[in-house]
Amino acid sequence: MSAPNKSYDPVEVAALSPGELERAQAGALAAIAAATDLDELKAARIAHAGDRAPISLARAEIGALPPAARAEAGKRVGATRAVIIQALALRQAELESERDRRVLVDEAVDVSLPWDRTLAGARHPVTTVGERLADVFVDMGYEIAEGPEVEAEWYNFDALNFPPDHPARDSYDTIFVASPDGRERSGVVLRTHTSPVQIRAMLTRPLPLYVVSPGKCYRTDTLDATHSPVFHQIECLAVDEGLTMADLRGAINAFVAAMFGEGLRTRLRPDYFPFTEPSADVSMECHVCRGASTKPGAPPCRVCRSQGWIEIAGCGMVNPRVLVACGIDPDRYSGFAFGLGIERSVMIRHGVADIRETIEGDMRFSRAFGTEA
Amino acid sequence: MRVPLSWLLEYAPVGLAPDDDAGVAEMARRLTACGLEVESVERVGQDISGVVVAEVLDVEELTGFNKPIRYCAVSTGDGQDRHVICGATNFAAGARVPLALPGAVLPGGFEIGARKTYGKVSEGMICAVDELAIGDDHTGILVLPPDVPLGIDFIEYAGLRDVVFDVNVTPDKGFALSVRGIARELAIAYDVPFTDPAETGLPADALEVSAAVYPASIADPTGCDRFVLREVLGCDPSAPVPLRMRVRLARAGQRSVSLAVDVTNYLMLELGQPLHAYDKARLSGPIVVRRATSGEKLETIDHIVRELVPDDIVISDSTGPIGLAGTMGGVESEVSDSTRDLVLEAGHFSARGVARMSRRHRLGSEASARFERGVDSELQRRACARATVMLAEFGGGTAVPGCTYAHVDVEPVTITMAAGYPDRVAGLAYGLDTVQTRLRQVGCLVEVEPGVARDGGVTLRVTPPSWRPDLTDPADLAEEVIRLEGYQNIPVRDVRATAGRGLTASQRLRRAAGRALAYHGFVEVVSHAFMSAADFDKLQLPAGDPRRSAVRLSNPLTDDEPFMRTTLLAGLLRTLARNVGRGMPDVALYEFGLVFHARPDEAPFAPILPVDHGPSEADTAELAAALPDQPLHVGVVLAGNAEPPGWWGPGRQAGWQDAVEAARIVLRSARVAFEVRADQREPWHPGRCAAVVMLDGEREVLVGHAGELHPRAIAALGLPARTAAMELDFSAIERVADTLGPVQAPPLSSYPVAVQDVALVVAQGVPAADVERALLAGAAEVGDIRLESLNLFDIYTGGQIGDGNKSLAYTLRFRAPDRTLTAEEASAARDAAVAEAARRTGAVLRGAN
Ligand SMILES: [Zn+2]
Repeated sequence: MSAPNKSYDPVEVAALSPGELERAQAGALAAIAAATDLDELKAARIAHAGDRAPISLARAEIGALPPAARAEAGKRVGATRAVIIQALALRQAELESERDRRVLVDEAVDVSLPWDRTLAGARHPVTTVGERLADVFVDMGYEIAEGPEVEAEWYNFDALNFPPDHPARDSYDTIFVASPDGRERSGVVLRTHTSPVQIRAMLTRPLPLYVVSPGKCYRTDTLDATHSPVFHQIECLAVDEGLTMADLRGAINAFVAAMFGEGLRTRLRPDYFPFTEPSADVSMECHVCRGASTKPGAPPCRVCRSQGWIEIAGCGMVNPRVLVACGIDPDRYSGFAFGLGIERSVMIRHGVADIRETIEGDMRFSRAFGTEA
Repeated sequence: MRVPLSWLLEYAPVGLAPDDDAGVAEMARRLTACGLEVESVERVGQDISGVVVAEVLDVEELTGFNKPIRYCAVSTGDGQDRHVICGATNFAAGARVPLALPGAVLPGGFEIGARKTYGKVSEGMICAVDELAIGDDHTGILVLPPDVPLGIDFIEYAGLRDVVFDVNVTPDKGFALSVRGIARELAIAYDVPFTDPAETGLPADALEVSAAVYPASIADPTGCDRFVLREVLGCDPSAPVPLRMRVRLARAGQRSVSLAVDVTNYLMLELGQPLHAYDKARLSGPIVVRRATSGEKLETIDHIVRELVPDDIVISDSTGPIGLAGTMGGVESEVSDSTRDLVLEAGHFSARGVARMSRRHRLGSEASARFERGVDSELQRRACARATVMLAEFGGGTAVPGCTYAHVDVEPVTITMAAGYPDRVAGLAYGLDTVQTRLRQVGCLVEVEPGVARDGGVTLRVTPPSWRPDLTDPADLAEEVIRLEGYQNIPVRDVRATAGRGLTASQRLRRAAGRALAYHGFVEVVSHAFMSAADFDKLQLPAGDPRRSAVRLSNPLTDDEPFMRTTLLAGLLRTLARNVGRGMPDVALYEFGLVFHARPDEAPFAPILPVDHGPSEADTAELAAALPDQPLHVGVVLAGNAEPPGWWGPGRQAGWQDAVEAARIVLRSARVAFEVRADQREPWHPGRCAAVVMLDGEREVLVGHAGELHPRAIAALGLPARTAAMELDFSAIERVADTLGPVQAPPLSSYPVAVQDVALVVAQGVPAADVERALLAGAAEVGDIRLESLNLFDIYTGGQIGDGNKSLAYTLRFRAPDRTLTAEEASAARDAAVAEAARRTGAVLRGAN
């Protein structure tokens, strides 16, 4: 470190001679160019631009010059120093970029390595498909209505126009709750369909009424590939002034379009349910082959068994007797209902061959569907 | 119902050959479209050829074989004798028989050729009934009447080429369980004239009542309103059943039994009226239709002795019951192979009565199936008369003129309907003419009432025909019009969106909680809804545990599981074990489902309310009181690794923490305030069981438990060690969540955070949650400084802090809303937090002493 000079002895400031400055610049540029890594460049920086570097010493000497000479000497020193600093910066940038290239290559990894450190969760397709089915109706303005699974017979049968001796009320079809006092009947069953929710909705909600009710149902069916004693249904019910079968057909078409795709034809055929009159079963054009499999020589279709049509639901106009049982004036109001099995929808939509897979709880089954349907 | 095409065409002359596949398919389509669903179409007799009528000229008995073998000379009338080998012995020379000539094809593509057998050349085969697929009889060959012309095509003669429709008849359409009913629909569908078989082939005395016939009376008009008897005397019990009748019975799926039984079955199929034949010699005293008395018994013809109850409708004579009305006859009066004098019965029994009886006795018959669905109430005398004619003709007997006719007057049903009603149901203008035409086609009497109806149109007075007891309401009539006009012609009206409010908060919450669990690695399952008594024990539930108060089923799916579940865990744990058993040891499952708690105050009976008006609030309250409490629960179970090992290192075993965290996941998704506390409850490990308590204002609501299962439960249920579980009352969560308003956004300070670490020494038994709550409460006391978060980063136990203690180290992050906290302010806030922890939990700042 040089102390400030108080004297003005030009002889002592040889460092400021043009020759010295040229030598200092040449030496610095050579050292900078010769630096092969950032450490060498750092050494060069200290040697040629540091406090003890010739150029720094020369700058310190400027103060010792007579005032008249200072400007000229300062200019020369400044120019030389600028050349050195710029060379340092350039070389610094070069070497850094070289280093970065090397380091980033070294740090490269196999990005295809697995990182499944948590297990994959999933929702059950009966839930997700059930939600989708319900949402199709919710989007049309329906509301979701719910009811109990252990249900009074009156809701499950009588109010739905099942006469007292209807075969469906037999213990061969319906699971009954035992009566605590040992009487023959408790009047309570495991609901055999979600239709009792319709009754509850009609009794508790204002008219007009547009509800959809998904839920679990129970029947004494023997478990096989297509039947399960515990299964899920979803039903829609509309009660309003002036509803006709044309409205029912409109709702069915909207539903099929939303669930299985646009442009599929639907077909109603007469059927019988106590709670609807007229009643029909609903088929839709097969969404997979669109009927192509019925043509001679065409490849078979697994989904519709080459029938071209798939039965998806039962439907009908609410039997006026049901309206009466719910205290609704059948001369003013009419309604339609439309119901289908959720498991069956899962099977049709997702190619599930055996209904038992929906109730066994094998994680591989739910996982295959992820979290949304 | 299986019905041959040829039989239908006899009464509905559509003009269709059985080999016209396209025409047959169209017919099936039309029947289905009008409500008679054709489930299958079977071509029968169309693969048979080369069978002709031949006469046996001579029979040579071959000897030396271990069974009778005959070498027969036969002729088809073409002057050329043939020889065939035959193993049957039920014929003699002169008999006319069906002969399959060489080159003939029998059912199933079985080809007949000339072949050498039993040392002779056999030029064809004499056929038995089963070989022609018109029955299962193989006791002998089919012997034809002697007047059948020789050489004619047997297939043509017997009417073997046919098509059989299998029609699925819905429960409302009793009339369609007959050729008569289906042919009527067919005639409408093809617009051809219908010939009513009930008016065909009737004798002149069909409706005549005579005191000379076996007497009968109706003692209970609620069980029977028509009862007809007729007599045929001197029948030949061995008289053969006419071949065409036999073929038709076979096509319809009925076995040929005897002439008397076959005739009654044939007419039941044709007309829909079940008939019964009694052996007159085995009847004693007048016949009475009445209810049974307790203690009476009846052995039915299936040889089962039935204990009768007073609700049973029986046919009785002076000896007691001789038949279950419309269901099955008794053994004692059954016709036998020696019966010569027959008493024929045609009744009209209560549909409900027969339905109850057949179910009570687990006895479904062709007859009961028809009575349950409704039989034409004007058919009895006609059907009985036709049976008499046929038996007299085929059996060589003598019909006693007239009949016994016991009957009760029944009010005819008339329905008043606005003529425009079908239009309003269908959304399509049919017009008055169409409505009247369609109703008349199905047999209704239709009159236009004078005057103008409320809707401005006319009113129709409709009297349904006797064969349509299902038509009682205007809606039934509307359906008739609409189905016959074709459902395919109903227009489609686009959906008019209504003003729905979308999902309720609870419905949204359920979806959110399910997704949250799924995103955290849980897999949803639908598990078993039933429980056995053993399940309660395996779950270690103590006596008196409310989860033992289960709803019991009177007819459970399996006898050992008579209870509705009171907890999701039994089913979930079974499903967990199944997954482990299938080679998937790392299991995390969840389920949402109802559980069922029998109410201690449960009403014993849910009344059957009337249906002719809406129930009152008291009525529905009474129904509600009879139902169990059935809240929605959510449960999870875990075993194996919560995080699997991998190239990154070892895995992490699932444990109590994951189960408790699952509870937090659910509750956080509901945004409700809650606390997790130590508790003891089966089936959890007493030291690893958390109670989850919701804080609803001042109220605390226990919503469930979580933790590791009790080792005894794990052993009893055969589960992996350390299996963990959680179960919450989701309905309770929904109730509290429903009361929450929308989230209010917190103010976000952009001033720097002040971080303070503290280590607090507390007694081992102090829950960390208590310390945490105390720190938060203490910090809240310090002006506007917020303890933004606290993180427990270390738990230490060891000599330095003394036995029975633990050190909990927290990072506290403080922030002020409007300034940078000074070091003094941050320390003061920390000290306040620690002071409150000291006050509440006895915590001592580590290193401070
Ligand atoms: Zn298809």
